[in-house]
Amino acid sequence: MTPTYYLLLSALLFTIGAVGVLVRRNAIVVFMCVELMLNAVNLTLVTFARINGSLDGQVMAFFVMVVAAAEVVVGLAIIMSIFRTRRTASVDDANLLKY
Amino acid sequence: MLALQPPPQAPIDAPQIEYSAILPVLILLGAACIGVLVEAFVSKASRWAAQVTLSLLAILGAGLAFVLYVTDSPERGLTTLYRTIAVDRPALFLWGTLLALGLGALLLIADRTVERGGAFVAQAGIRPGTVQDRAQMASGGMQTEVFPLTLFALSGMMIFCAANDLLTMFIALEVLSLPLYLMCGLARRRRLISQESAVKYFLLGAFASAFFLYGLALLYGYAGSVKLADIANAAAGSAASDTLLFGGFGLLVVGLMFKASVGPFHAWTPDVYQGSPTPITAFMAACTKVAAFGGILRVLTVGFESTSWEWRGVLWVVAVASMVIGAVLGLTQTDIKRMLAYSSIAHAGFLLVGALALRPEGLSGTLFYLLTYGFTTLAAFGAVSLVRDSNGEATHLSQWAGLAKRSPVLAWVFAFLLLAMAGIPLTSGFIGKFVVFSAGIQDGMAPLVVIALVASAVAAFFYLRVIVLMFFSDPAPDGPTVTVPGTFTTAAITLGVLVTLVLGLVPAFALDWAGTGTFAF
Repeated sequence: MTPTYYLLLSALLFTIGAVGVLVRRNAIVVFMCVELMLNAVNLTLVTFARINGSLDGQVMAFFVMVVAAAEVVVGLAIIMSIFRTRRTASVDDANLLKY
Repeated sequence: MLALQPPPQAPIDAPQIEYSAILPVLILLGAACIGVLVEAFVSKASRWAAQVTLSLLAILGAGLAFVLYVTDSPERGLTTLYRTIAVDRPALFLWGTLLALGLGALLLIADRTVERGGAFVAQAGIRPGTVQDRAQMASGGMQTEVFPLTLFALSGMMIFCAANDLLTMFIALEVLSLPLYLMCGLARRRRLISQESAVKYFLLGAFASAFFLYGLALLYGYAGSVKLADIANAAAGSAASDTLLFGGFGLLVVGLMFKASVGPFHAWTPDVYQGSPTPITAFMAACTKVAAFGGILRVLTVGFESTSWEWRGVLWVVAVASMVIGAVLGLTQTDIKRMLAYSSIAHAGFLLVGALALRPEGLSGTLFYLLTYGFTTLAAFGAVSLVRDSNGEATHLSQWAGLAKRSPVLAWVFAFLLLAMAGIPLTSGFIGKFVVFSAGIQDGMAPLVVIALVASAVAAFFYLRVIVLMFFSDPAPDGPTVTVPGTFTTAAITLGVLVTLVLGLVPAFALDWAGTGTFAF
């Protein structure tokens, strides 16, 4: 098993996440796609740590996990507040600010 | 089967820490943590006073520690904490700028005279449009968590522009962004658009930091390290594939440009600037711009200077896009906060011209431009918050007609700030544009500078339109009134106007200071 396959897999996951952010309409799903992108990055970091023979990449993956957890707290609070007001989490309905 | 043997590691020594150098950041972070405890243990009635005192003391204390360090800091600068933080001359210049701008923004945030109880919602959990919401609008309370959030964001910005490796930079990016996402949604009035701006900023910001992070991971694969100096060394001679280097660089730049609201990555800027509470808009427009460009300058200069001929053309396009989008779309705006947002996008393009001139003049010019633009925009948003009618701030341009007849002082102050943004001589904006553009010319970027000059002429049109509207139109009979601000807001606006004027008349001392040194790594 060469590590390159893991890099391809993580690139694929990152792309799926990025496309999901762009095409999905529900703020929660959009946010989950962002989390998928962050986890794809973790896989890349761990694979490169393996290729480079250093542990730095694995330590960085821990940092990314902590940041992602903090981001969930802030993000869900914001999405909750707009859901309580509008009874929907669709990003298409948030359209008061334009032009 | 994969052999799961961990690679051998050298023993890890505890890092050397220069406490005196990073003391300003530590003071701010410590005060922010104490601010969280104040929220928990101090009674609601005295919380506001406690938080304001704590935050002001923290910024002044950090400023004192900063001044004490600057007076005897080494000329070359130093790196500390395993070379992850570089306290060098550009970082110190940006720290000084950020602390001064942070003080001004904090004064705007703490003000309770312009709007009864301050610009922030009494309880963020109340649903807009309900009975409780109307009650909180009339009440005098506010969500005082804003103060520790401001301090967290400010310390994140300071770490961001001193970060010497990409992981530190990423953590700092999140430390500065997460509080800002929250603060955007805390406006007392117009809660719907405030919450909407928070959602937009959050989703797009998280998207952009994912790009930054993937760029970091690819560069780690390329160089085996995320330290900027190691990446530069690897780029000079490495067997690894250039796809990783340039793919990583491109993704990294997308994340950085998003934060700096440059060019095609600007989509969030107008919405968030319009929807946020105006003191937070002032804080974001001034301080985030300074921090983000501090990071961009360091990444481009320290990490990627040796490969600049490969990527420079792409960033030329980005700079042109930013200037054109900012100047042209700014013309069509009818809301004053949105107009200033497009102006900030155009200014980001001008700043990028200086950042792309990878020479000492470009570095010092960009630093100086950041200083001048920060204070001008801080005072401008402070002035915007004073023009009000019964629904809160009157931000529609038609409501600003004939404002000079109602309040000549405010109209003159705002006109002066707009002229500074347009770059008229005798204001700091002129000197800033001059140093940045001349650095661009010296570096052989004459076509880019010509486009920048045309864009600033177009942008000058929409600044002058507001001035004409204020001075030569008749005021509407039911138009807005200009609130007489209390001490805090007056101090913040005065600070911004004075710096704009002084740096326009005698810029030499600040230019000297901006040009004293280069990055340490």
